Amino acid sequence: MYGKGLRALSISTVAVMAIALSLVFFYAPLDAEQGFLQKIFYVHVPLAIVALCGFVAGAIMAIAHLRTRDPRWDMRSYVAIHMSLIFGVGTLITGSIWAKGSWGHWWVWSEPTLVSFLIVFLLYATYQPLRFAIEDPERQARYASVFAITAGAFVPMNFIAVRLSTAYLHPRVLGSTSNLPGPMALTFAVSLLGIALLYTTLCRYELTAKHTRAQLRDLRRRLSGETVDTQTRRPRSAAPTLHPTAMHPTATMTARAVGRPGA
Amino acid sequence: MSTPTESPHSAAPADAQAPPRGEPVSGRADAVAGKPPGMVATVAALLRKELLVELRTLESVPGMSLFALTTFVVFHFALNRNSVDGDLAAGILWVTLLFAAILGVNRLFVADADQGGFDGFLLAPVDRGAMLVAKALALLAYLVVLELVAVPAFALLLLGPSLPNALPSLFGVLALGDVGVAAIGTLVAALAVRTRARDLLGPLLALPLLVPIVIGGARATSPLFATHATAPAARWLLTLGLYDLVFGLIAYALFDFLLED
Repeated sequence: MYGKGLRALSISTVAVMAIALSLVFFYAPLDAEQGFLQKIFYVHVPLAIVALCGFVAGAIMAIAHLRTRDPRWDMRSYVAIHMSLIFGVGTLITGSIWAKGSWGHWWVWSEPTLVSFLIVFLLYATYQPLRFAIEDPERQARYASVFAITAGAFVPMNFIAVRLSTAYLHPRVLGSTSNLPGPMALTFAVSLLGIALLYTTLCRYELTAKHTRAQLRDLRRRLSGETVDTQTRRPRSAAPTLHPTAMHPTATMTARAVGRPGA
Repeated sequence: MSTPTESPHSAAPADAQAPPRGEPVSGRADAVAGKPPGMVATVAALLRKELLVELRTLESVPGMSLFALTTFVVFHFALNRNSVDGDLAAGILWVTLLFAAILGVNRLFVADADQGGFDGFLLAPVDRGAMLVAKALALLAYLVVLELVAVPAFALLLLGPSLPNALPSLFGVLALGDVGVAAIGTLVAALAVRTRARDLLGPLLALPLLVPIVIGGARATSPLFATHATAPAARWLLTLGLYDLVFGLIAYALFDFLLED
Protein backbone atom coordinates (compact mmCIF):
# COMPACT_ATOMS: atom_id res chain seq x y z
CA MET A 1 0.00 0.00 0.00
CA TYR A 2 2.89 2.35 0.69
CA GLY A 3 4.81 1.23 -2.38
CA LYS A 4 2.07 2.30 -4.81
CA GLY A 5 3.20 4.94 -7.29
CA LEU A 6 6.72 4.89 -5.94
CA ARG A 7 8.25 4.08 -9.32
CA ALA A 8 6.47 6.96 -11.08
CA LEU A 9 7.41 9.30 -8.27
CA SER A 10 11.07 8.27 -8.40
CA ILE A 11 11.24 8.71 -12.16
CA SER A 12 9.63 12.14 -12.07
CA THR A 13 12.00 13.18 -9.25
CA VAL A 14 15.04 12.19 -11.28
CA ALA A 15 13.64 13.95 -14.36
CA VAL A 16 12.81 17.20 -12.56
CA MET A 17 16.15 17.21 -10.75
CA ALA A 18 17.94 16.73 -14.07
CA ILE A 19 15.97 19.56 -15.66
CA ALA A 20 16.62 21.77 -12.63
CA LEU A 21 20.37 21.13 -12.72
CA SER A 22 20.62 21.77 -16.45
CA LEU A 23 18.67 25.01 -16.01
CA VAL A 24 21.00 26.00 -13.18
CA PHE A 25 24.14 25.41 -15.20
CA PHE A 26 23.13 26.27 -18.76
CA TYR A 27 20.10 28.56 -18.64
CA ALA A 28 20.20 30.79 -15.57
CA PRO A 29 22.39 33.85 -16.16
CA LEU A 30 25.42 34.56 -14.00
CA ASP A 31 24.75 36.89 -11.11
CA ALA A 32 26.20 40.36 -11.70
CA GLU A 33 27.76 40.66 -8.24
CA GLN A 34 28.49 37.12 -7.14
CA GLY A 35 29.10 35.34 -10.42
CA PHE A 36 29.14 31.56 -10.47
CA LEU A 37 29.00 31.31 -6.68
CA GLN A 38 25.41 32.53 -6.70
CA LYS A 39 24.32 29.23 -8.29
CA ILE A 40 24.49 27.52 -4.89
CA PHE A 41 21.39 29.58 -4.18
CA TYR A 42 19.38 27.15 -6.34
CA VAL A 43 20.29 24.30 -3.99
CA HIS A 44 20.62 26.01 -0.63
CA VAL A 45 17.34 27.94 -0.56
CA PRO A 46 15.11 25.08 -1.79
CA LEU A 47 16.76 22.74 0.73
CA ALA A 48 16.02 25.21 3.52
CA ILE A 49 12.44 25.83 2.41
CA VAL A 50 11.70 22.13 2.03
CA ALA A 51 13.31 21.27 5.38
CA LEU A 52 11.27 23.93 7.19
CA CYS A 53 8.07 22.85 5.44
CA GLY A 54 8.92 19.29 6.46
CA PHE A 55 9.24 20.33 10.10
CA VAL A 56 5.88 22.07 9.95
CA ALA A 57 4.36 19.08 8.13
CA GLY A 58 5.74 16.87 10.90
CA ALA A 59 3.92 19.06 13.42
CA ILE A 60 0.65 18.78 11.47
CA MET A 61 1.01 14.99 11.30
CA ALA A 62 1.72 14.98 15.03
CA ILE A 63 -1.57 16.84 15.57
CA ALA A 64 -3.28 14.15 13.49
CA HIS A 65 -1.58 11.51 15.64
CA LEU A 66 -2.76 13.04 18.89
CA ARG A 67 -6.30 13.41 17.53
CA THR A 68 -6.67 9.93 16.05
CA ARG A 69 -4.08 7.96 18.09
CA ASP A 70 -3.23 6.17 14.87
CA PRO A 71 0.44 5.07 15.12
CA ARG A 72 0.78 5.51 11.36
CA TRP A 73 0.54 9.27 11.81
CA ASP A 74 3.34 9.09 14.35
CA MET A 75 5.38 7.16 11.82
CA ARG A 76 4.73 9.79 9.14
CA SER A 77 5.60 12.59 11.53
CA TYR A 78 8.82 10.82 12.50
CA VAL A 79 9.82 10.27 8.88
CA ALA A 80 9.04 13.89 7.94
CA ILE A 81 11.17 15.26 10.78
CA HIS A 82 13.93 12.73 10.23
CA MET A 83 14.19 13.62 6.54
CA SER A 84 14.01 17.35 7.33
CA LEU A 85 16.95 16.94 9.69
CA ILE A 86 18.98 15.42 6.87
CA PHE A 87 17.95 18.24 4.53
CA GLY A 88 18.81 20.63 7.36
CA VAL A 89 22.38 19.37 7.47
CA GLY A 90 22.52 20.01 3.72
CA THR A 91 21.17 23.53 4.21
CA LEU A 92 23.73 24.39 6.88
CA ILE A 93 26.61 23.02 4.82
CA THR A 94 25.61 24.79 1.60
CA GLY A 95 24.88 27.98 3.54
CA SER A 96 28.29 27.80 5.12
CA ILE A 97 29.96 27.35 1.74
CA TRP A 98 28.03 30.29 0.35
CA ALA A 99 28.97 32.46 3.32
CA LYS A 100 32.64 31.55 2.93
CA GLY A 101 32.49 32.34 -0.78
CA SER A 102 30.72 35.67 -0.60
CA TRP A 103 31.75 37.08 2.80
CA GLY A 104 34.94 35.19 3.53
CA HIS A 105 33.73 33.51 6.72
CA TRP A 106 32.33 30.04 7.23
CA TRP A 107 29.69 31.42 9.52
CA VAL A 108 28.07 34.87 9.60
CA TRP A 109 25.77 35.97 12.38
CA SER A 110 24.33 38.78 10.29
CA GLU A 111 22.30 36.45 8.09
CA PRO A 112 19.12 36.02 10.13
CA THR A 113 17.68 33.20 8.03
CA LEU A 114 20.74 31.03 8.46
CA VAL A 115 21.01 31.79 12.19
CA SER A 116 17.32 30.98 12.73
CA PHE A 117 17.81 27.80 10.81
CA LEU A 118 20.66 26.78 13.08
CA ILE A 119 18.52 27.33 16.19
CA VAL A 120 15.65 25.34 14.70
CA PHE A 121 18.08 22.61 13.70
CA LEU A 122 19.54 22.45 17.22
CA LEU A 123 16.04 22.13 18.64
CA TYR A 124 15.06 19.32 16.28
CA ALA A 125 18.37 17.58 16.93
CA THR A 126 16.90 16.68 20.34
CA TYR A 127 13.91 14.92 18.73
CA GLN A 128 15.60 11.57 18.37
CA PRO A 129 17.35 11.62 21.78
CA LEU A 130 13.93 12.37 23.29
CA ARG A 131 12.33 9.41 21.52
CA PHE A 132 15.26 7.20 22.40
CA ALA A 133 14.97 8.04 26.09
CA ILE A 134 11.36 6.77 26.34
CA GLU A 135 10.96 3.03 26.24
CA ASP A 136 7.20 2.53 26.18
CA PRO A 137 6.33 2.83 22.44
CA GLU A 138 2.91 4.36 23.03
CA ARG A 139 4.26 7.04 25.34
CA GLN A 140 7.24 7.58 23.06
CA ALA A 141 4.87 8.37 20.20
CA ARG A 142 2.71 10.66 22.34
CA TYR A 143 5.63 12.62 23.79
CA ALA A 144 7.29 12.87 20.38
CA SER A 145 4.07 14.35 18.98
CA VAL A 146 3.90 16.92 21.77
CA PHE A 147 7.49 17.86 21.00
CA ALA A 148 6.85 18.00 17.25
CA ILE A 149 3.89 20.36 17.67
CA THR A 150 5.75 22.67 20.06
CA ALA A 151 8.77 22.75 17.79
CA GLY A 152 6.59 23.28 14.72
CA ALA A 153 5.10 26.39 16.31
CA PHE A 154 8.57 27.46 17.36
CA VAL A 155 9.77 27.62 13.73
CA PRO A 156 7.90 30.83 12.71
CA MET A 157 8.27 32.37 16.19
CA ASN A 158 12.03 31.93 16.10
CA PHE A 159 12.28 33.39 12.61
CA ILE A 160 10.46 36.53 13.74
CA ALA A 161 12.73 36.99 16.77
CA VAL A 162 16.02 36.39 14.97
CA ARG A 163 15.07 38.53 11.98
CA LEU A 164 14.17 41.44 14.26
CA SER A 165 17.49 41.12 16.08
CA THR A 166 19.71 41.31 13.03
CA ALA A 167 20.80 44.49 11.39
CA TYR A 168 20.82 44.11 7.63
CA LEU A 169 24.50 44.57 6.95
CA HIS A 170 24.80 42.54 3.80
CA PRO A 171 23.04 42.69 0.46
CA ARG A 172 20.33 40.12 0.78
CA VAL A 173 19.84 37.53 -1.90
CA LEU A 174 17.77 35.32 0.35
CA GLY A 175 14.25 36.53 0.86
CA SER A 176 14.31 38.71 -2.20
CA THR A 177 13.19 35.98 -4.56
CA SER A 178 10.17 38.00 -5.64
CA ASN A 179 12.33 40.48 -7.56
CA LEU A 180 14.51 37.94 -9.31
CA PRO A 181 14.80 38.36 -13.08
CA GLY A 182 12.64 35.94 -15.10
CA PRO A 183 15.16 33.20 -16.01
CA MET A 184 16.48 33.07 -12.46
CA ALA A 185 12.97 32.87 -11.03
CA LEU A 186 12.07 30.04 -13.39
CA THR A 187 15.25 28.12 -12.51
CA PHE A 188 14.57 28.66 -8.83
CA ALA A 189 10.99 27.41 -9.15
CA VAL A 190 12.08 24.25 -10.96
CA SER A 191 14.84 23.64 -8.40
CA LEU A 192 12.36 24.06 -5.57
CA LEU A 193 10.01 21.61 -7.23
CA GLY A 194 12.87 19.14 -7.72
CA ILE A 195 14.01 19.29 -4.10
CA ALA A 196 10.42 19.03 -2.87
CA LEU A 197 9.92 15.95 -5.04
CA LEU A 198 13.19 14.51 -3.74
CA TYR A 199 11.98 15.03 -0.17
CA THR A 200 8.64 13.39 -0.88
CA THR A 201 10.25 10.45 -2.63
CA LEU A 202 12.76 9.82 0.14
CA CYS A 203 10.00 10.04 2.76
CA ARG A 204 7.90 7.56 0.79
CA TYR A 205 10.85 5.19 0.49
CA GLU A 206 11.49 5.32 4.23
CA LEU A 207 7.80 4.76 5.00
CA THR A 208 7.64 1.87 2.57
CA ALA A 209 10.76 0.30 4.04
CA LYS A 210 9.44 0.57 7.59
CA HIS A 211 6.04 -0.75 6.61
CA THR A 212 7.51 -3.66 4.69
CA ARG A 213 9.78 -4.53 7.57
CA ALA A 214 6.81 -4.58 9.93
CA GLN A 215 4.85 -6.81 7.55
CA LEU A 216 7.81 -9.13 7.14
CA ARG A 217 8.29 -9.44 10.87
CA ASP A 218 4.61 -10.15 11.32
CA LEU A 219 4.65 -12.83 8.63
CA ARG A 220 7.79 -14.43 10.03
CA ARG A 221 6.26 -14.53 13.47
CA ARG A 222 3.09 -16.14 12.19
CA LEU A 223 5.12 -18.64 10.20
CA SER A 224 6.95 -19.77 13.30
CA GLY A 225 3.60 -20.14 15.05
CA GLU A 226 4.45 -17.52 17.62
CA THR A 227 1.42 -15.89 19.12
CA VAL A 228 2.93 -14.17 22.12
CA ASP A 229 3.08 -10.41 21.98
CA THR A 230 6.74 -9.58 21.46
CA GLN A 231 6.27 -5.95 22.41
CA THR A 232 8.38 -6.53 25.49
CA ARG A 233 11.30 -7.85 23.47
CA ARG A 234 11.23 -4.88 21.14
CA PRO A 235 14.75 -3.49 20.73
CA ARG A 236 15.12 0.02 22.06
CA SER A 237 14.87 2.47 19.23
CA ALA A 238 14.20 6.10 18.45
CA ALA A 239 12.26 5.15 15.35
CA PRO A 240 8.66 4.07 15.70
CA THR A 241 7.80 0.59 14.50
CA LEU A 242 4.41 -0.40 13.21
CA HIS A 243 3.39 -3.30 15.37
CA PRO A 244 0.21 -5.34 14.96
CA THR A 245 -0.79 -4.62 18.56
CA ALA A 246 0.19 -1.01 18.24
CA MET A 247 -2.55 -0.65 15.66
CA HIS A 248 -5.04 -0.74 18.52
CA PRO A 249 -3.76 1.74 21.03
CA THR A 250 -6.93 1.62 23.09
CA ALA A 251 -6.49 -2.08 23.77
CA THR A 252 -2.96 -1.68 25.09
CA MET A 253 -3.95 1.37 27.08
CA THR A 254 -6.77 -0.43 28.86
CA ALA A 255 -4.51 -3.36 29.57
CA ARG A 256 -1.98 -1.02 31.11
CA ALA A 257 -4.59 0.77 33.17
CA VAL A 258 -5.93 -2.52 34.54
CA GLY A 259 -2.49 -3.92 35.15
CA ARG A 260 -1.27 -0.99 37.16
CA PRO A 261 -1.17 -1.53 40.93
CA GLY A 262 -3.69 0.60 42.74
CA ALA A 263 -2.22 4.02 43.41
CA MET B 1 14.67 14.81 49.69
CA SER B 2 12.35 14.31 52.64
CA THR B 3 11.87 11.74 55.35
CA PRO B 4 9.33 9.00 54.74
CA THR B 5 7.22 10.13 57.66
CA GLU B 6 6.82 13.61 56.28
CA SER B 7 6.73 12.93 52.51
CA PRO B 8 5.43 16.28 51.37
CA HIS B 9 5.99 15.37 47.71
CA SER B 10 3.20 12.93 47.41
CA ALA B 11 0.83 15.78 48.07
CA ALA B 12 -1.92 15.84 45.51
CA PRO B 13 -5.61 16.56 45.92
CA ALA B 14 -6.41 12.88 46.10
CA ASP B 15 -3.64 11.88 48.45
CA ALA B 16 -4.72 11.11 51.98
CA GLN B 17 -1.40 11.91 53.67
CA ALA B 18 -0.76 15.17 51.88
CA PRO B 19 -0.26 18.46 53.72
CA PRO B 20 -2.94 20.30 51.72
CA ARG B 21 -5.32 17.48 52.48
CA GLY B 22 -7.90 19.57 54.22
CA GLU B 23 -7.41 22.50 51.89
CA PRO B 24 -9.77 22.02 48.97
CA VAL B 25 -12.58 21.12 51.36
CA SER B 26 -15.24 22.79 49.29
CA GLY B 27 -13.91 21.01 46.18
CA ARG B 28 -14.10 17.70 47.99
CA ALA B 29 -17.61 18.24 49.16
CA ASP B 30 -18.61 19.19 45.63
CA ALA B 31 -16.97 16.06 44.28
CA VAL B 32 -18.98 13.94 46.70
CA ALA B 33 -22.10 15.67 45.51
CA GLY B 34 -21.15 14.76 41.93
CA LYS B 35 -19.70 18.10 40.92
CA PRO B 36 -15.94 18.21 40.38
CA PRO B 37 -14.07 21.20 41.83
CA GLY B 38 -13.64 24.13 39.50
CA MET B 39 -10.50 25.11 37.68
CA VAL B 40 -9.66 28.00 39.99
CA ALA B 41 -10.07 25.90 43.14
CA THR B 42 -7.93 23.13 41.68
CA VAL B 43 -5.18 25.49 40.58
CA ALA B 44 -5.23 27.20 43.98
CA ALA B 45 -4.97 23.86 45.79
CA LEU B 46 -2.14 22.63 43.59
CA LEU B 47 -0.27 25.92 43.76
CA ARG B 48 -0.60 25.96 47.52
CA LYS B 49 0.81 22.45 47.65
CA GLU B 50 3.72 23.40 45.37
CA LEU B 51 4.67 26.42 47.42
CA LEU B 52 4.23 24.50 50.68
CA VAL B 53 6.50 21.72 49.45
CA GLU B 54 9.09 24.25 48.33
CA LEU B 55 8.90 26.09 51.65
CA ARG B 56 9.38 22.86 53.58
CA THR B 57 12.09 21.29 51.48
CA LEU B 58 13.75 24.42 50.04
CA GLU B 59 14.87 22.35 47.09
CA SER B 60 14.73 24.76 44.18
CA VAL B 61 14.80 28.47 44.98
CA PRO B 62 17.85 28.62 47.29
CA GLY B 63 19.80 26.50 44.85
CA MET B 64 18.77 28.69 41.91
CA SER B 65 19.69 31.89 43.76
CA LEU B 66 23.03 30.56 44.92
CA PHE B 67 23.75 29.38 41.40
CA ALA B 68 23.05 32.86 40.05
CA LEU B 69 25.37 34.49 42.59
CA THR B 70 28.15 32.04 41.85
CA THR B 71 27.70 32.58 38.13
CA PHE B 72 28.22 36.34 38.57
CA VAL B 73 31.51 35.59 40.33
CA VAL B 74 32.46 33.21 37.52
CA PHE B 75 31.66 35.90 34.95
CA HIS B 76 33.81 38.40 36.83
CA PHE B 77 36.84 36.13 36.51
CA ALA B 78 36.01 34.72 33.07
CA LEU B 79 35.65 38.18 31.52
CA ASN B 80 38.25 39.82 33.78
CA ARG B 81 35.96 42.81 34.32
CA ASN B 82 35.10 44.64 37.50
CA SER B 83 32.02 46.24 36.01
CA VAL B 84 29.98 45.74 32.89
CA ASP B 85 27.35 47.79 31.06
CA GLY B 86 25.15 47.77 27.95
CA ASP B 87 24.96 44.62 25.84
CA LEU B 88 27.46 42.73 27.96
CA ALA B 89 25.58 43.43 31.19
CA ALA B 90 22.25 42.44 29.64
CA GLY B 91 23.77 39.25 28.26
CA ILE B 92 25.33 38.24 31.57
CA LEU B 93 22.10 38.86 33.46
CA TRP B 94 19.93 36.93 31.00
CA VAL B 95 22.28 33.98 30.60
CA THR B 96 22.59 33.68 34.36
CA LEU B 97 18.85 33.90 34.92
CA LEU B 98 18.20 31.42 32.12
CA PHE B 99 20.59 28.79 33.47
CA ALA B 100 19.32 29.29 37.00
CA ALA B 101 15.77 28.89 35.69
CA ILE B 102 16.75 25.64 34.01
CA LEU B 103 17.87 24.31 37.39
CA GLY B 104 14.35 24.94 38.63
CA VAL B 105 12.80 23.49 35.47
CA ASN B 106 14.77 20.28 35.91
CA ARG B 107 13.42 19.78 39.42
CA LEU B 108 9.86 20.89 38.74
CA PHE B 109 8.21 17.50 38.23
CA VAL B 110 10.80 15.15 39.73
CA ALA B 111 8.89 14.68 42.96
CA ASP B 112 5.62 14.04 41.13
CA ALA B 113 7.20 11.44 38.87
CA ASP B 114 9.18 9.67 41.59
CA GLN B 115 6.76 9.79 44.51
CA GLY B 116 3.41 9.21 42.88
CA GLY B 117 2.19 12.77 42.59
CA PHE B 118 1.06 12.19 39.00
CA ASP B 119 -0.97 9.11 39.99
CA GLY B 120 -2.65 11.00 42.79
CA PHE B 121 -3.47 13.90 40.51
CA LEU B 122 -4.83 11.67 37.77
CA LEU B 123 -7.19 9.99 40.22
CA ALA B 124 -8.76 13.33 41.10
CA PRO B 125 -11.77 14.35 39.00
CA VAL B 126 -10.25 17.63 37.88
CA ASP B 127 -9.08 19.28 34.68
CA ARG B 128 -5.53 18.19 33.91
CA GLY B 129 -4.65 21.61 32.59
CA ALA B 130 -4.87 22.78 36.20
CA MET B 131 -1.58 21.06 36.91
CA LEU B 132 0.15 22.97 34.11
CA VAL B 133 -1.24 26.29 35.33
CA ALA B 134 -0.29 25.55 38.93
CA LYS B 135 3.21 24.36 38.04
CA ALA B 136 3.78 27.32 35.73
CA LEU B 137 2.62 29.72 38.45
CA ALA B 138 4.91 28.01 40.94
CA LEU B 139 7.84 28.27 38.54
CA LEU B 140 6.93 31.92 37.97
CA ALA B 141 7.05 32.48 41.72
CA TYR B 142 10.46 30.78 41.91
CA LEU B 143 11.73 33.00 39.11
CA VAL B 144 10.47 36.16 40.80
CA VAL B 145 12.21 35.21 44.04
CA LEU B 146 15.34 34.32 42.10
CA GLU B 147 15.32 37.74 40.45
CA LEU B 148 14.70 39.51 43.75
CA VAL B 149 18.01 38.02 44.85
CA ALA B 150 19.95 37.97 41.59
CA VAL B 151 19.20 41.45 40.21
CA PRO B 152 20.33 43.41 43.32
CA ALA B 153 23.34 41.12 43.58
CA PHE B 154 24.14 41.77 39.94
CA ALA B 155 23.85 45.54 40.46
CA LEU B 156 26.13 45.27 43.47
CA LEU B 157 28.76 42.94 42.03
CA LEU B 158 29.05 43.66 38.33
CA LEU B 159 26.81 46.39 36.95
CA GLY B 160 28.59 49.68 36.19
CA PRO B 161 25.71 52.15 35.69
CA SER B 162 23.36 52.65 38.61
CA LEU B 163 20.29 50.46 38.63
CA PRO B 164 17.45 52.43 40.31
CA ASN B 165 16.55 54.56 37.25
CA ALA B 166 16.19 51.48 35.10
CA LEU B 167 14.28 49.47 37.66
CA PRO B 168 10.65 49.97 36.53
CA SER B 169 11.41 49.08 32.89
CA LEU B 170 13.63 46.21 33.96
CA PHE B 171 10.81 44.89 36.10
CA GLY B 172 8.49 44.89 33.07
CA VAL B 173 10.98 43.15 30.77
CA LEU B 174 11.80 40.50 33.38
CA ALA B 175 8.11 39.87 34.03
CA LEU B 176 7.43 39.32 30.33
CA GLY B 177 10.43 37.01 30.05
CA ASP B 178 9.46 35.07 33.16
CA VAL B 179 6.00 34.27 31.84
CA GLY B 180 7.51 32.71 28.71
CA VAL B 181 10.15 30.81 30.66
CA ALA B 182 7.48 29.52 33.05
CA ALA B 183 5.18 28.33 30.23
CA ILE B 184 7.80 26.62 28.10
CA GLY B 185 9.80 25.47 31.13
CA THR B 186 6.80 23.66 32.57
CA LEU B 187 6.00 21.96 29.28
CA VAL B 188 9.62 20.88 28.77
CA ALA B 189 9.91 19.72 32.37
CA ALA B 190 6.84 17.52 31.95
CA LEU B 191 8.18 16.23 28.64
CA ALA B 192 11.59 15.34 30.03
CA VAL B 193 10.78 14.11 33.51
CA ARG B 194 9.71 10.60 32.59
CA THR B 195 12.52 9.90 30.18
CA ARG B 196 15.66 8.04 31.10
CA ALA B 197 18.02 10.97 30.54
CA ARG B 198 15.85 13.67 32.09
CA ASP B 199 18.68 15.77 33.52
CA LEU B 200 20.20 15.95 30.08
CA LEU B 201 17.08 16.25 27.95
CA GLY B 202 15.46 19.04 29.96
CA PRO B 203 18.17 21.64 29.25
CA LEU B 204 18.70 20.34 25.71
CA LEU B 205 15.04 20.86 24.89
CA ALA B 206 14.65 24.08 26.84
CA LEU B 207 17.65 26.05 25.60
CA PRO B 208 16.79 26.32 21.88
CA LEU B 209 13.15 26.92 22.73
CA LEU B 210 14.13 29.81 25.00
CA VAL B 211 16.43 31.51 22.49
CA PRO B 212 13.70 34.01 21.42
CA ILE B 213 13.28 34.96 25.10
CA VAL B 214 17.00 35.61 25.40
CA ILE B 215 16.99 37.66 22.20
CA GLY B 216 14.00 39.75 23.25
CA GLY B 217 15.03 40.03 26.88
CA ALA B 218 18.68 40.88 26.32
CA ARG B 219 17.96 43.38 23.56
CA ALA B 220 15.29 45.07 25.65
CA THR B 221 17.54 45.17 28.72
CA SER B 222 20.75 46.44 27.12
CA PRO B 223 19.62 50.10 26.67
CA LEU B 224 18.57 50.07 30.33
CA PHE B 225 22.10 49.10 31.36
CA ALA B 226 23.82 51.62 29.08
CA THR B 227 25.72 54.49 30.66
CA HIS B 228 22.96 56.82 29.47
CA ALA B 229 19.94 54.64 29.96
CA THR B 230 17.17 54.79 27.38
CA ALA B 231 13.84 53.01 27.19
CA PRO B 232 13.75 49.57 25.53
CA ALA B 233 12.40 49.39 21.99
CA ALA B 234 8.77 48.38 21.86
CA ARG B 235 9.38 45.60 19.33
CA TRP B 236 11.32 43.55 21.89
CA LEU B 237 8.52 43.79 24.41
CA LEU B 238 6.15 42.84 21.61
CA THR B 239 8.30 39.81 20.72
CA LEU B 240 8.31 38.69 24.34
CA GLY B 241 4.57 39.21 24.64
CA LEU B 242 3.88 37.28 21.44
CA TYR B 243 6.12 34.44 22.61
CA ASP B 244 4.32 34.30 25.97
CA LEU B 245 0.95 34.19 24.28
CA VAL B 246 1.81 31.58 21.65
CA PHE B 247 3.69 29.19 23.90
CA GLY B 248 1.33 29.70 26.83
CA LEU B 249 -1.52 28.51 24.62
CA ILE B 250 0.52 25.67 23.12
CA ALA B 251 1.65 24.43 26.52
CA TYR B 252 -1.94 24.51 27.77
CA ALA B 253 -3.22 22.67 24.69
CA LEU B 254 -0.56 19.95 24.77
CA PHE B 255 -0.07 19.34 28.48
CA ASP B 256 -3.02 16.92 28.74
CA PHE B 257 -1.30 14.48 26.40
CA LEU B 258 1.71 14.19 28.68
CA LEU B 259 -0.38 13.02 31.62
CA GLU B 260 -2.17 10.00 30.25
CA ASP B 261 -0.48 7.12 32.01
